[in-house]
Amino acid sequence: MEYQQISYQLNVNGRAYAVENVEPRMTLADVLRDVLGLTGTHLGCEHGVCGACTILLDGMPARSCLMFGVQAKGQEITTVEGLAPGEEQLSPLQDAFWQEHGLQCGFCTSGILTTMTWFLRQNPTPTREEIREALSGNLCRCTGYQNIVNAVERASRELNSEAKT
Amino acid sequence: MKPPAFAYYAPTSLEEALRLLHELVHEQQQDVKLLAGGQSLIPLLNMRLAHPDAIIDLNALESQLSYVRREGKTLHIGAFTRHYALQNHPEIIRFCPVIAEAVRLIGHAAILSRGTIGGSLAHADPAAELPLVCAMLGGGVTIRNEGGSRHDDASTFFVSYLTTSLEPDEILTEIKLSVLPPRTGQAIEEFSQRHGDFALAAAAAQVTLDADGTLVELRLCIGGAGPTPVDCSHLLSSLAGRAPSTEDIRDALRRLDDELEPLADIHADAAYRKELAQVMAYRAIERAWQKAQATLADGDAKHDA
Repeated sequence: MEYQQISYQLNVNGRAYAVENVEPRMTLADVLRDVLGLTGTHLGCEHGVCGACTILLDGMPARSCLMFGVQAKGQEITTVEGLAPGEEQLSPLQDAFWQEHGLQCGFCTSGILTTMTWFLRQNPTPTREEIREALSGNLCRCTGYQNIVNAVERASRELNSEAKT
Repeated sequence: MKPPAFAYYAPTSLEEALRLLHELVHEQQQDVKLLAGGQSLIPLLNMRLAHPDAIIDLNALESQLSYVRREGKTLHIGAFTRHYALQNHPEIIRFCPVIAEAVRLIGHAAILSRGTIGGSLAHADPAAELPLVCAMLGGGVTIRNEGGSRHDDASTFFVSYLTTSLEPDEILTEIKLSVLPPRTGQAIEEFSQRHGDFALAAAAAQVTLDADGTLVELRLCIGGAGPTPVDCSHLLSSLAGRAPSTEDIRDALRRLDDELEPLADIHADAAYRKELAQVMAYRAIERAWQKAQATLADGDAKHDA
């Protein structure tokens, strides 16, 4: 069998990437990791349950294992690599995860960071219950979530005090 | 887990998609799958439970097929309207609020941002929320092929597990739902093990009252308890024309058992699912009833708009 190959351009974290001669069946997650070398996006279950591969597509969370790479052309993709304002810096959310020990093995963390980045834009002052609800699409097998909820709460406080100054 | 190889097409108009579908199905005898939000199809591909020859990606049709329009007493919803767009749409919230309620039960933000109403109906999982609500509301769908279009009612559109009346050369393009009648309340209730999981049992209800509080119509549909959403409104038709007591409703719901054929699996056996269905049905009716009653207290002015 002859396999169809296609080329397209992706915009990831504000930069244009050429994706050349890949099969259309290649998921966005695999394109990000294996073609573009952006291995911050992790793959857990590969059927949309675990949330590890969550990226932001035009600012909204999406499972990169449940899309083909070609489907993301023309849209702005944000991966965990694009959350920090620069090298050697962390976003307020990432910093809060560091302060609160919001990760252990780190496998689920990139999907949680992208999802929570969107969530805090939607709801800048969430309750703990709302944070838990928003986290429910991301599985973490290490932390028991306590420190993740603490970290999101801390990030919310930091972001709001930043907004006031 | 990687999808099997397929030929990929991404037409940019509905007409082009219909032409292509016709050609692939009738001239090349190919097995074609239509890709909308991909939240059911891509897992099936990743797990290699589906092996289509070709995939027609409809995402370029989003601008053409994503809309909610009200014409008279009918809401027209474009098949490509994504779940998150339904959830906050003012016409949905005002004229068919149970749709917005159902969307909240579907899954997490990353699923709602991609999934579409047409995709959910065409996939026809009997435990899914939107097929249940469309069946409860007695909705209809518009279906196109290269030669023309046809209408189907939800009652005949859902045929069996993951099976609809759609032919291989057809595309579901629109969903039609009646707007909320005056003095009416709607509700959906489901029991699932975690938020966003498929329901072990679900029920959607609509209650319409008279100005004096007597029951005009009660619609009830059960999900996750048979090969399609099960319309059980006929069990309750004898309650119309009076003001039934809680006990009257519970009595009528005891007959639900004979209507349902739930599957048994690792999560729940059939008998437990039937019990759950009764409880969910009661809760949905109770909540829909309260909402209908609240409109009596408010007066009908806002419904006449």
